[in-house]
Amino acid sequence: MKAKVHVTLKNGVLDPQGKAIEHALSTLGFNGVDEVRQGKYIELDLAETDPAKAKAAVEDMCKQLLANTVIENYSIELEG
Amino acid sequence: MKAAVIVFPGSNCDRDVAVALEQAMGKAPHMIWHRDTDLPDLDLIVVPGGFSYGDYLRSGAMAAHSPIMTAVKAQASKGVRVLGICNGFQILTETGLLPGVLMRNRDLKFICKDTLLKVGTAASDFTAGYSQDQIINIPVAHHDGNYFADTATLDMLEDQDRVAFRYCDSDGATNEAANINGSQRNIAGILNENRNVLGMMPHPERLIDPLLGGTDGVPMFKSLVNALA
Repeated sequence: MKAKVHVTLKNGVLDPQGKAIEHALSTLGFNGVDEVRQGKYIELDLAETDPAKAKAAVEDMCKQLLANTVIENYSIELEG
Repeated sequence: MKAAVIVFPGSNCDRDVAVALEQAMGKAPHMIWHRDTDLPDLDLIVVPGGFSYGDYLRSGAMAAHSPIMTAVKAQASKGVRVLGICNGFQILTETGLLPGVLMRNRDLKFICKDTLLKVGTAASDFTAGYSQDQIINIPVAHHDGNYFADTATLDMLEDQDRVAFRYCDSDGATNEAANINGSQRNIAGILNENRNVLGMMPHPERLIDPLLGGTDGVPMFKSLVNALA
């Protein structure tokens, strides 16, 4: 079973990299782009076949390591 | 005083801080490899600067789960003094020993220069050698030093007199112009609730000898020796 984890900054946390990307896009002539937020994407292959157990395990991984929940949110997608 | 320095793969200020400690206490500290699980009887543990695990995932995230950190957390809860410098500060926030997080610098640049700091509190074993509001010169060298915590946490830190250092200008003003990396409320270093854990981004161990350009880091190590010897 494959898990796809997205880690993103919480609302209200300033994202200097997102701001720099936004600025670069506007320099390139892409107008009307606002609120660019940069995050992380992590793929995991899991031996677990039960979706509920897999989800719970990945939740734990996110809380303990993959995300810093002081500033980051995470979302989990399971496949297969 | 009995001191140890934790060494992670990628630490690069471990030997500098060992020199600073030896100068202050007259003997060398223990150097403890991150895979070790036991600590000797200690008064002070230093988590040094560097780039542990190449800053993978987030600065300090991997080191926070190193085997030795379980022992460091246990010692910290018993009141052993823990000093985290730069990457050490990042590791201490990732372990939960200190609140908040150190994000990418506001201007996205690695900053390596001498920086003026205002002493926020002299009421700790780390800062007793300075006076309240004293302006000191300590170098920084970091990419992720932008201190962030929610408003409630920042208010709590201030109410409990736990902000050890703030970035300031030569008049001691802690304004936006002096805020080198975008840290909330110019915070450069904080204490835990029991005041036995200090995390700071600047490097006091880099200014302990006139040959290095100054000695403003010396009082920190002397304070610790005075309190713990």
